[in-house]
Amino acid sequence: MTVTAQGSVPAGVIAALLEKGYRVAREAAAEPSVRVNGKAWPAPPGAGAAVAAEVDAYVRGDAPVPAAAWKPWFPVIDYKRCTNCMQCLSFCLFDVYGVSGTGQIEVRNQTNCKTDCPACSRVCPEVAIMFPKYRHGPINGDAVSADDVRREAMKVDISALLGGDIYSLLRDRSEKAKSRFSKERDDERALKERQNCLVTMGKALGVPAEVLASLPSVEEIQAKAEAARQRAEEARKLAGQS
Amino acid sequence: MARQNPGILYCYCKFARIIPNEVKTGVLERLAGSDLDFDAVPDLCEMSARKDPRLAEVAPGSKVIACYPRAVQGLFHSAGHPLPAGVEILNMRAGTADEIVQSILPAGAAA
Ligand code: SF4
Ligand code: SF4
Repeated sequence: MTVTAQGSVPAGVIAALLEKGYRVAREAAAEPSVRVNGKAWPAPPGAGAAVAAEVDAYVRGDAPVPAAAWKPWFPVIDYKRCTNCMQCLSFCLFDVYGVSGTGQIEVRNQTNCKTDCPACSRVCPEVAIMFPKYRHGPINGDAVSADDVRREAMKVDISALLGGDIYSLLRDRSEKAKSRFSKERDDERALKERQNCLVTMGKALGVPAEVLASLPSVEEIQAKAEAARQRAEEARKLAGQS
Repeated sequence: MARQNPGILYCYCKFARIIPNEVKTGVLERLAGSDLDFDAVPDLCEMSARKDPRLAEVAPGSKVIACYPRAVQGLFHSAGHPLPAGVEILNMRAGTADEIVQSILPAGAAA
């Protein structure tokens, strides 16, 4: 819904309308007015929140106040850098990535992405994945320096040294934890192993604790990783053909 | 944004506090106090995720006031509406309100 603000409507009114989720088309005009569906609201200076609340009540009518909106947090690919290597597709456990009809990687299920988790941007060897709302560059879209590229490449090497990829790291640690568990019946220790592994992953990739806590089971992760590898393989073949 | 002519598109970045408040409100105050037409949207990221068709309405020569140009270009691209050539992206994460407004308002009107 677009609200039209004409003339010298105070910035506070415009900001309050934006806070409520309205788009505001500001048009220069002699007389200040705020118009919604042809209806005018008085917009006195300093009355931003009041005007926005009135507009909102009018537009919603009897409809209930909507639940808190989703924070738009999702990866954005810089196709000028992306080499279609499919590492992000293989890595993401939440099916955020997909492949286009021509075999091109794409972000398909934005709302599946875990808020504040930038992990896939760290596995991209080309620094091609951005999260515009991330705090630091170059993940936030700031220019990519030669140092950034070197650092990301090093991270990929480190994860390879740790055991091929992050899934095998998780799996190996879990296997160790399991065998210890069966030998020693020390479930606390097994849990600690898994937690240590998750802490390592969290630190290396910047994954928030809530996301780590919501990871699927190791078996599910393995199944997903395998399915993703197959999809990536098919996509690579498709891209090679086109 | 439903304009054939170059326009000004301001992003309020509603869902995150990544843009310094003095820049975000400073730019909006100066735009509101000018006699320029402009469009203000709550959050370009959210529009991109919804593939909002109105993202296709940014005309060549327009100015988009948001965040890092690489991110903004990527958001339009992933919505299926790449920005046309000649759109200037002004970055509220890096510039001051004065710097941004000075590159928009006609000379002498930025005070
Ligand atoms: S990991 Fe990076 S380079 Fe590889 S496909 Fe994904 S975005 Fe492209
Ligand atoms: S485009 Fe940039 S400024 Fe606008 S909502 Fe997204 S992160 Fe915020």
